[in-house]
This record gives sequence, structure tokens and C-alpha cells, in this order.
Amino acid sequence: MSKASALTIREKEVGTHRKVDFQVRTILPIFGVSIALATDALIPAHANLKYANLPHYRYFLYGALGVTLLLALVALLSEKLREKYSYRGAFIGGTFLFLTLLNLITAKWLLLPQLYFPSIARIFNVFFEDSKLILTCIESSLLLLVKGILIGFIIGLSCGIAVGWSKKANYWIYPLIRILGPIPSSTWTPLALVVFPTAKGAAIFLIAFGVWFQITILTASGIQSVKKAYFEVASTLGANDLQNLFKIAVPAASPSIFLGFFNATCSSFVALMAAEMIGCKSGLGWYVNWQKTMLSYPNVYAGLIVVAVFCYLLVTLQFKVRDRLLSWQEGVVKW
Amino acid sequence: MVENVKTGAISAKNVRKEFTDPNGDTVVALERVDVDIKPGEFICLIGPSGCGKSTLLRLIAGLTEPTEGNLYLDGTEIKKPSYERGLVFQDPTLFPWLNIYENVAFGLKTRHVFKDKKKDVEEFIKLVKLEGFEKSLPHHLSGGMAQRAGLARALVNHPKVLLLDEPFGALDAFTRMNMQDELLRIWKERGTTMIMVTHDVDEAVYLSDRIFVMTPRPAKIEAIVNVEIGRNETYGRKRDSGDFLNLRSKILRILDYTGKAAEIEYTI
Repeated sequence: MSKASALTIREKEVGTHRKVDFQVRTILPIFGVSIALATDALIPAHANLKYANLPHYRYFLYGALGVTLLLALVALLSEKLREKYSYRGAFIGGTFLFLTLLNLITAKWLLLPQLYFPSIARIFNVFFEDSKLILTCIESSLLLLVKGILIGFIIGLSCGIAVGWSKKANYWIYPLIRILGPIPSSTWTPLALVVFPTAKGAAIFLIAFGVWFQITILTASGIQSVKKAYFEVASTLGANDLQNLFKIAVPAASPSIFLGFFNATCSSFVALMAAEMIGCKSGLGWYVNWQKTMLSYPNVYAGLIVVAVFCYLLVTLQFKVRDRLLSWQEGVVKW
Repeated sequence: MVENVKTGAISAKNVRKEFTDPNGDTVVALERVDVDIKPGEFICLIGPSGCGKSTLLRLIAGLTEPTEGNLYLDGTEIKKPSYERGLVFQDPTLFPWLNIYENVAFGLKTRHVFKDKKKDVEEFIKLVKLEGFEKSLPHHLSGGMAQRAGLARALVNHPKVLLLDEPFGALDAFTRMNMQDELLRIWKERGTTMIMVTHDVDEAVYLSDRIFVMTPRPAKIEAIVNVEIGRNETYGRKRDSGDFLNLRSKILRILDYTGKAAEIEYTI
């Protein structure tokens, strides 16, 4: 093949993925934001709406407009961003349309009682006015969660390995797991509050308990279902029992252990919120519950949004770690 | 047979193996076996399924214990698995969470000699022609490549005996013939005693010094056939010579005479 024809082929290949290119879908978010802005600015708020002059939703939309404009510009130049962003474009634009709908129903037309369904502007206002308290709540929740998960994970992993590996441990510990494990951890609350001197200690126990069960069960079943041939080959390569356990059984069971960890994280959110609503004087669960009793629903919604983002970030982080550690798996399930 | 090899002699003295099946009945997996395998010899165990060939291999590997009798490697009794008796299955059984380099280095690392023998890992990856695939994960390799990686992983320990349980059974005909020549080259180079289970008569005649022909019900060694056909430059044998074909039909006859020909998985 001549040099010239090789070149034309390469040009054709590049043609579909040019370095500088324009994708219509990358400007969909700008449309969405513009509609939201126009609605908010041009349609007057309902006459009976309280706190009608809060500007924070408007600020947020200005910010969003700037960001979407910038992203659309960068997407012209960066191929990687363009592909990702144009795929998500319609969804992001749609989200702003949904916000516009909410804005119309609450602030503009006042179709719902404003005590329970406040305007978006009032919810956004909370993030500014109450930011200090929310941040301490995030910190407190995160600390409880990390401690609970860590303790539960360490004990769960040890129990799971013991039960999966040793017949004796299986004989003694497994029935215990079968009896205690399925009890929802919030059921232990009365006992936990008595046994632990502080409400935080009780909360950590409740979180750790749920995590322990999930990790134990899936670690044990993961280790028990490792292909026997792996151990046989490892033995003929000079591995002793301990090496068979830690160099074969545990890595081979790691997909199962991670599944347990995922289940545990999800159930730990439940336990965290339940625990915080009972005894603690801080944390996101406490915040939402407390604001509800104060009938300040903008704060409740703001709190729920923070909880959602908080859990989303933790689960995402976990998936990133998993994808890195378990990249060896064939056809790994993406979430 | 590779000359001047001092280690890798296997002897089985009155070995017998029974299993208990799920109903609680006793099943004889291997009738009395009394054989000696010389250092550097290439042995094939051949026979239909249920003849005890894999059981004999697992006994030598130390993965199961004989019900009666004893097995010895160079005069030392075999009691449990050891790196001196390497094992390769039909399924390469590479550890999927380790890349090819780490798989091959596994034995050295478990024996805590990896630091001094890093060169061996590279040498054996080269020997099985997998240079450039060190960082690949097992599921990215073809069947033949994975099997070669499995060979390198067993060989890097410098085993005295290499036990092969139908190692090429899952490969296509061309890859299988190539792998047979690779195996012979490694055998000549290293002088490792080879004991290979197969149900391919051609493969057995092509490779081995002696063939243990085994038959089921009762599972036992029916005959030991010396292969006295000269080897060619790749240490294999001319597959279409008269001697080759005669020996092939002789072995098939041994299996046939016992009335078990129907279970052989090929036709003449």
C-alpha cells in the first residue's frame, strides 16, 4: 500500500472522531438552564408566596448557565469530554426543565401548601444560611459511619474467613450468625442504649452490627465456593495452608467480599439514619428529624438533598475502588 | 528417555485406592499398582474414563493418599503435595487475579526464593514463548497460551517430576501438535521426568518412552508398552511410519481385548 492511500485511510478513521467538533447535544443543558432562568425571571411569583425575594435559586441558575456555557466550549476542543457530555446533555437539560416545573408549581402558581412544599429558592437558601450546622452534621455522620463500617468490616472479615475456612469455626460460629444476623440492627437499639455509655457509641454499634453480618456471610460463602483446583495447583507450587488461605482463598473470594461490602454500605445508611434519629444530637439523620419537628420543611428538604449526595458519593467512591481492585474479573458487572 | 538425569524417580509399591461414594459404598478407584519410573523418563497413562489414570496422577502429586501401599520420589515417601512434583491440569487453572508474570512467579514467592530467582521467571516465560504478555491477565490469553503459562508456572520451580492431566485435551488439533513439540523440547532441555494422562493414543505414541495402558472395572494397569520407535530432530516420532501405526493398533487392541473399546473416544 502506498503512503498516500495509507494516509487517506487514517484521515477517514479520524474523520468520525475529529479533535475539534461540535455536538448539538452539548448545548441542550444551556437550553434547559435558559428556560429555567426565563421562567424564574419573567413569571412573577404568586401574590401569597412568603419569602418571595430570596435570590439563591436565581444565583444558582446564573452559576449553572456559566458552567454549561464553559462545558459546551471545552467540549468543542476536548474529544473525551465531548463524548461524555453529549451523552449526558439531554438528561442535564431535562433536570433543569424539572426544576422549572417545580418552580412553577410551588413559587409561581402556589398549587401546593407552602408550609410542606416550599419554593426552591427557600430550600437553596438553607444551604447558605444553615451551612455551618450542615457541615458539622456531615462531619459527625461521616465519622460515625466510618467508625461503624471499619469495626464491622474488620470483625466481619475475620468471622467470614474463619467460618469459610475452618470446620471448627463453622461449627461454633455459623449457628450464631444464622440466629443473630437477620435481626434488623435497629431492633438492638434499646439494648445498645443501655450497654453503651454514649449515644454515639450505641450508633457505632448498630452500624457495625449490620455491616458485620453482611460481610461475614458473603466472605464465608465466597471462600467456600473457591474452585478446589486452585488450592490443588497452589499446593503443588509449594503453598502451605496459610498461603492457600491468604494468597488463594481471600483473593478468589474478593468479588463476593466486595458484594458484601456494597450491601453493608447500603444497610449502614439505614442504620446511621435510624441511630441518629434516636439518641444523637448531631448528624444528618438528626438534622432532618429535628427540622421536621420544628416544621421547617425547607431545611428538611435541604437535609434530604445532602443525605442523597452524601450516600451517592460514598457509593461511587466504593465502586471506583472496586473497579480498580477487581479489574481482573472477566465481564465485571458495572453499576 | 533423557540420559544422565539423577533425580525424578517415582516408584509405587502395592498402591491401591478406594473411595466411598455418596451412597456409602466402596468403589475401587485403582487396583494394585506396582511400577517404577526412571529419572528423566516420559510416561503416558492411557485408557478410557474410569480406568484410574487421573487417580494415579493425583496419588503421585500427593493430593490424595493411597488406601494401601506407598509411593516414593527418589526413595522418599510421598505424603503431601510439593513443588518437586509440579502439576498441570487440562484447564490451565491460572489464578485470574494475577497477571501472567505473577502467575509464573507464584511458586517462587510462596517458597520465599523469588528475590534470588527473578531471572528464572523471565527465562521460563521466554521458554514458553510468552514474552510481551507478562502484564496480561489470564482471561485475555488464548487456550494454548494459557496452557503454556501454566507449564511455565509449574516449571519455574524446577520440579523433578511434571504431572500432566490431559494438558492438551481442550486445544485444537494444530495447537495440540505444536504444544507436544514444545513439551518435548522442554523435556530434553531440562530432563524432567514427565508423567502424562491422555486418552489420545497418537499423542501417547508420539511422546512417550513407555505407555501404561489402563482399563476400567477393575481400574488397573493392563499392560506396559515400551515405545521403541526412533525419535526425530524434534524428539517426536514420524506419525505416519509403519512402526507408529502398528504400535497404535497394538495399544488399541489391548484396550479392545478387554471389551471396553466402545468407551474409547475415537475411531480407527
